[in-house]
Amino acid sequence: MLSEVLRNNLNLTGTKEGCNTGDCGACSVLLDGALVCACLVLAVEAQDRSIETIEGVAKDGKLHPIQQKLLEHAGLQCGICTPGIVIASRALLEKNPDPTESEVRYWLAGNLCRCTGYDKIIRAVMDAGATMRGE
Amino acid sequence: MQSVQYAAPTTLAQATQALQGASDAKILAGGTDLLVQMKLGIREPGLIVDIKRIPELTAFTLGEHGLHLGAALTSAILHDDAQVRARYPGFMEALGLIGSSQVQGRCSAGGNLCNASPAADSVPALIVNRAVCNILGPAGERSVAVEAFTTGPGKNCLGSGEILVSIDLPLPAPRSSDAYLRFIPRTEMDIAVAGAAVALTLDAAGVCTAARVAIGAVAPTALLVPAAAEALIGTALDDTALANAAAAASAAASPITDKRGTAEYRKKVVGVLVRRAALIAKARIEADS
Ligand SMILES: Cc1cc2nc3c(=O)[nH]c(=O)nc-3n(C[C@H](O)[C@H](O)[C@H](O)COP(=O)(O)OP(=O)(O)OC[C@H]3O[C@@H](n4cnc5c(N)ncnc54)[C@H](O)[C@@H]3O)c2cc1C
Ligand code: FES
Ligand code: FES
Repeated sequence: MLSEVLRNNLNLTGTKEGCNTGDCGACSVLLDGALVCACLVLAVEAQDRSIETIEGVAKDGKLHPIQQKLLEHAGLQCGICTPGIVIASRALLEKNPDPTESEVRYWLAGNLCRCTGYDKIIRAVMDAGATMRGE
Repeated sequence: MQSVQYAAPTTLAQATQALQGASDAKILAGGTDLLVQMKLGIREPGLIVDIKRIPELTAFTLGEHGLHLGAALTSAILHDDAQVRARYPGFMEALGLIGSSQVQGRCSAGGNLCNASPAADSVPALIVNRAVCNILGPAGERSVAVEAFTTGPGKNCLGSGEILVSIDLPLPAPRSSDAYLRFIPRTEMDIAVAGAAVALTLDAAGVCTAARVAIGAVAPTALLVPAAAEALIGTALDDTALANAAAAASAAASPITDKRGTAEYRKKVVGVLVRRAALIAKARIEADS
């Protein structure tokens, strides 16, 4: 699976493994720009395709607004779900820069978090959206 | 997992050839059913034929004849097309209910149909839209109405070496719309306890001139329920007509009892869903005209 190759062969361990069956979203990556679970992609399917992982989100040592806001809003505890949340919510904000709270909640329904209770994550993503819109 | 061969043909001819050479081949579209089943040990194919590099399988066109949908096109890409969403709101809401944003980035209507789960969300919506499945196999091309495609839980009408190439949804008549509703115990990420799709055409006075009703998760396959449609045609969708359609849908259902609900409960719920979906389709037509 792509998740195993990323983590075990390429040492890109930011992409997490939770359920391994497409339910938890911890392994979220972009494959040719599409948000997918890396645990449900054969590594060989990714041949000649572009893959974006959490490792590429912060640029030049500067956190992405979503990462910054997750810290400010205490939107993470153990952090296992966090890379997947960042990848998924960044994909949402690029498509829909001003989502409603319910759009954020539905979009992130496939990103399970056992620690935070979600509210802080949702607030952080909404706030990051506002920052990215220059508000 | 055992060692598995992988082929990624770029033409349909190569794909059919690859499938003919191997008795234990499986087609891979988005893999959101197949790869999960392989991990669970339910399926152990010797050859995986990935059809996503065949251009016509991941393309779609919307024109005067309707929507021509490559079988392996992902839900996410189709969902980004505002015109498709406007023409087939019920089909698109059914497709949009499958899994999460991540699942949507991979899954296809073709995969949903071929996997043949009785609870597959897009199938009732395809049925009410009179969708036709275009199939290519060793003996050539053939087309099958979508309600005849699934033959039982996990079973479809494809013969050995056959591929579902595309799905055609005719363009809805003027003053027509559709809707799909499912019942799940949660608000997202669950499998339907019952599902219902309704497509309607209304005349200028609001009288229903054509209807299709299909139900899911309450029988071995999704079912077209002509008696429910007949209860709606010729009426203004008044309470009596809706109650008759609901009763016809409940009568057509033959659900099982499992952890998601008892048979009796599912029969009742599917009728309620038919009534509500009909009202949503009606409201959509009124909003458009
Ligand atoms: C977390 C999660 C949540 C889910 N939630 C839902 C849900 O709410 N509702 C729902 O209906 N489903 C759900 N599913 C199931 C699945 O996502 C859908 O059935 C999906 O549409 C399958 O499409 P796919 O392209 O991924 O199919 P694949 O897994 O690639 O294929 C499915 C089957 O069809 C065959 N096949 C695929 N394409 C073709 C073709 N063109 N010709 C011939 N055979 C073909 C494959 O060999 C395989 O047996 C969920 C899955 C996951 C992992
Ligand atoms: S590890 Fe991939 S979705 Fe859970
Ligand atoms: S912070 Fe622990 S799972 Fe989300």
